[in-house]
Amino acid sequence: MNKSLVTSVLLAMMLAACSSKPVKNAPVVEDKSPAQTTTSQSSDSTSTSGVQNSSMSVNPLTDPNNILSKRSVYFDFDKDEVKPEYRDLVNAHAKYLVEHPDAKVILQGNTDERGTREYNLALGQRRAVAVKQVLNLQGVSDKQIETISYGEEKPQAAGSDEAAYSKNRRADIVYQGE
Amino acid sequence: MNKLRLLLSFFLLALPLAGKAALTIEIVGGAAQQIPIAVVPFAKTPGTQDDIATVVGADLRRSGLFRVLETRGVVNQPHDLPEVKYPEWAAIQAQALTIGSVEPLPGGRLKVSFRLLDVLKQNQLAGLEFNIAASQQRATAHKIADIIYEKLTGEPGVFSTRIAYITKTAGRYALQVADADGFNPQTVMSSNEPVISPRWSPDGTKLAYVSYEKKKPIVFVQSLVTGQRNVVANFKGNNSAPAWSPDGNRLAIVLTHSANSQVYVINADGTGLKQLTFTTSIDTEPVWTPDGSAIYFTSNRGGGPQIYRMASTGGDAKRVTFDGNYNVSPRISPDGKTLAYIKQDNGKFRVAVQDVASGQVQILSDTAQDESPSFAPNGRMILYATSISGRGALAAVSADGRVKQRLSETGGDVREPAWGPAAN
Repeated sequence: MNKSLVTSVLLAMMLAACSSKPVKNAPVVEDKSPAQTTTSQSSDSTSTSGVQNSSMSVNPLTDPNNILSKRSVYFDFDKDEVKPEYRDLVNAHAKYLVEHPDAKVILQGNTDERGTREYNLALGQRRAVAVKQVLNLQGVSDKQIETISYGEEKPQAAGSDEAAYSKNRRADIVYQGE
Repeated sequence: MNKLRLLLSFFLLALPLAGKAALTIEIVGGAAQQIPIAVVPFAKTPGTQDDIATVVGADLRRSGLFRVLETRGVVNQPHDLPEVKYPEWAAIQAQALTIGSVEPLPGGRLKVSFRLLDVLKQNQLAGLEFNIAASQQRATAHKIADIIYEKLTGEPGVFSTRIAYITKTAGRYALQVADADGFNPQTVMSSNEPVISPRWSPDGTKLAYVSYEKKKPIVFVQSLVTGQRNVVANFKGNNSAPAWSPDGNRLAIVLTHSANSQVYVINADGTGLKQLTFTTSIDTEPVWTPDGSAIYFTSNRGGGPQIYRMASTGGDAKRVTFDGNYNVSPRISPDGKTLAYIKQDNGKFRVAVQDVASGQVQILSDTAQDESPSFAPNGRMILYATSISGRGALAAVSADGRVKQRLSETGGDVREPAWGPAAN
């Protein structure tokens, strides 16, 4: 049984269950019970569910010895340029996507906490687009890529110093179904 | 110096929302000339619990425009006109006096009577009676405060309005709506994924917001009356930064598809998408002018982010901020004359206002990580998000910078405030 299918069916069921409680103008509004929206882990870039090909003994995307298991590209302050040290990583994902035309990735841009949420959402998007352009140059089809941004909402590191900020200015490569 | 701390959670015991923390409001500063007013406790019969005068006094005090006088030292505590001895109120320097009563009516309803009196001229400025359900006492108190505010300042009050904001508690996000004084918080929706950018429809019956519940930002519109919600924009890439047109029929939104953020307009039902900006830069955070003719937005087309203005049909944009290298999150005052935004100033992010006609800029806040400014419907106060002791909190500052309030939630982070429209 395909694990990713199970995961996505479960996810779909949870999403279907996710709805907002009606709010009347009258005061009583209950909070929703905690488990209604999606699980928080599944957005974690290091989540480990298989994408496809579960017959393989080792999934290259999650094998810690494989560069494909590395998913984060880090950026300098106020920059959206993919630095040379991340070229091998991005190129490896490009190669995988070209060889697996059914595989799809979501590139998630992120920023540090400084500045406003909507502007950071736009800044994070530039980083996702920068990684996409490298993938495109290696022949990956637009149909396999969606770029989105979490802005400052999903910091990898807590804290308000440069050490934390440098971990949060990044783009994460997430395969569909993960 | 005028410091007040209201512990609101006490009142929540009377509500079916026990356990929900309310906002605590702290006021710092006040207008240079505060109007001294005596708010005499209302006469009440057993069975009427809330003291309407307490709520009225708290509202007036919170505005920063009134000095609410201590009345316990005054021997006579009048509740109706014949009992008023004006010299006693002149003696404590009251310029205005409010009196009133609460009486039970058949069927569990209440009759609330109130009068606003001018102590110097010894005449009545306003007098009203309300026939209300018992649950409407706080709402009635806010209405009374609005009447007093308008009679004495000449501007409409905003005590009957509501605010929306996002809380983050133990990793869970909740979009909440509360009265302008922080009471009656209600959860509109909640999610384990981020929720940002709530925006009130002009008639106050709906909220547009951005939810990541499907692992990407999608724009929803939710009715506060029925709770029903609809997806307005779920295109490839990001869907964010909703802003209602003044007639409530359309939303300006920001989409990315496969590239950078650009401003679009869409009907509130999700039809009729039209692109307004066509650049390779970031164009985001649109907001309509009150007359609907123009849209302000943030763009980094000139390098750093600055605020621009274009016709609401699109076309050429004109830069409007020039001071500093980071000016974002424009909001326009209800009269269209003042632009509020977030300015980076020596590494700190602060609420600034700019006179639209002259371009003159004034930094209003003394906090450091400010976001999401939002005008009160009368334009007098600006509500915004900030960080206090490392936690997200709400604050408000008067448009002249003199009155400052801090609103903090006991449980967790509060962010992304939006002040709702005037109640009709």
